[in-house]
Amino acid sequence: MPIKATTSPALTNASCVASCRADFPIFTQTIHGRRLAYLDNAASTQKPRSVIDAMTRFQERDYANIHRGVHELSVRATGAYEDARETVRAFLNAERVDEIVFTHGGTESINLVAQCWGRANLKPGDEIVLTELEHHSNIVPWQMLREATGAVLRIAPVTDRGDVRIEDVRAVLSPRTKLVAIAHVSNVLGTVLPIAEIIAEAHTLGALTLIDGCQSVARIPVDVRALDADFYVFSGHKIYGPTGIGVLYGRRDLLNSMPPYQGGGGMIESVTFAKTAYAQSPARFEAGTPPISEAVGLAAALDYVSSVGVSNIGRHEDALLQQAESALGAIEGVTIVGQAARKAGVLSFVMKYAHPHDIGTILDRHGVAIRAGHHCAQPLMERLGLTSTARSSFAMYNDEQDVEALCEAVRDVNRIFG
Amino acid sequence: MSEESAFGDLRDLYQDLILDHGRNPRNFRVVDGASHEALGHNPLCGDRLMLYLTVDESGTIRDAGFQGSGCAISVASASMMTSMLIGKTRAQAQALFDFLHAACTGQEGSDGAAHATGQFEGEEIDRLKALAGVKNYPMRVKCATLAWHTMQAALKNDKKVSTE
Repeated sequence: MPIKATTSPALTNASCVASCRADFPIFTQTIHGRRLAYLDNAASTQKPRSVIDAMTRFQERDYANIHRGVHELSVRATGAYEDARETVRAFLNAERVDEIVFTHGGTESINLVAQCWGRANLKPGDEIVLTELEHHSNIVPWQMLREATGAVLRIAPVTDRGDVRIEDVRAVLSPRTKLVAIAHVSNVLGTVLPIAEIIAEAHTLGALTLIDGCQSVARIPVDVRALDADFYVFSGHKIYGPTGIGVLYGRRDLLNSMPPYQGGGGMIESVTFAKTAYAQSPARFEAGTPPISEAVGLAAALDYVSSVGVSNIGRHEDALLQQAESALGAIEGVTIVGQAARKAGVLSFVMKYAHPHDIGTILDRHGVAIRAGHHCAQPLMERLGLTSTARSSFAMYNDEQDVEALCEAVRDVNRIFG
Repeated sequence: MSEESAFGDLRDLYQDLILDHGRNPRNFRVVDGASHEALGHNPLCGDRLMLYLTVDESGTIRDAGFQGSGCAISVASASMMTSMLIGKTRAQAQALFDFLHAACTGQEGSDGAAHATGQFEGEEIDRLKALAGVKNYPMRVKCATLAWHTMQAALKNDKKVSTE
């Protein structure tokens, strides 16, 4: 039997959320002499010790290239890699493990669907529905597909408060809609989209759905079968795992009907110079040596998140988000950007006298890490009449002290700029 | 530590001169009949400024203005730069650029910087040194230099410049 390279941390219940900061080595340091308030989680999350250790242990003891190797280490590495796939399957409650494709990130997962499914299935005039709040990674691949196929993009609007209403999505759906590609949670506004309703609406018209789960999987429990999603993507590094790995969930019949993404080793049944027969999913889409250690790290991250409980993490972040919204909103000159009915994880704001980049620099000197800019969502910025926002975003290890540090630093912005 | 801020070192960056020019930018206008213009854009942070220059036949900058949006540093830099450029020759404009560039990247001892120091009034050098407060904030250097790269592009009649 291959040795399972991942181990679950000794965490068992909700109270772990309160104490989990200690599991993240990054917080043992100070930043500019201050306690680190890391509020840039929508960009990337920090890694718990269990993830770092799992990857280190794997590389120290079990590492080799996977598949077809007959030697001991290759057998172990293959086992660890495929065990990681099973961990992802269980995390998303996918029916079968071959519905889980490892990619190099969320962006690649979307591009894979655009290039493989899209080029094979779209004709001029076919429609792809997006929303106005999408990240560039869920806009540009479809524009490239539009160039290649003559398909048309239809954009569902966001309201002034930052909601995507089901009736507004319905209004851009048509019998020509072939795919609805939408974020589960907005990386700028924190809006939680009504994806179950949108998926159901899309299916009544025979359209497929792709959900960008990069901002959701670490805070909202996802069951791809209950959602009836056709494709669901997320990245490893935004759920406490390593960079360099992402996940594409796709329904098995869809994946096996799609041509390969890239050609190379590992994705074939047989090769002659006359003809190559492609492997079934997921191997079909995993040409070349995949991110093996990263898969092990991702599995450790999902084990960690599951042991704490995604719902528990979500509730913890919701409480911090509410606390931060009311505290920040009460500070002179601060305007919260995004007041959707349901929000998760993200709190964007602007200030009357200070540009978001100046806010970011001043907060940094307080040990408060946020992000400032357009957050790779320029169409949304234009819709909101902004060029950039300051964005704080939460994770399981944040606490009330972080919110207080954020507010104190924002008051300092007013002292300098007021 | 200053009274205004809990963190005195932030005041090295956000000096009163910078805050003043950031809040009340000078020459924030389109220059009618400008002979040179260029768009400066930082795609990473979204800063965007349009710079207008009127250069006469002798190579002297007669008027300078800009419009756009950006952080306090980039707006203040454009404001101070346009104020300084009016009346300067192309060569002097380049010398100012060289001085600023050297100061922002911690190379005050460079030839260009030394040359500029001897050429300009103390007040102008002080302004440039205020902008050079960004040198301790590596991610903000491009904010201070955007207007200046745009000026170089405008004088070369390049249409667009971007800093990343």
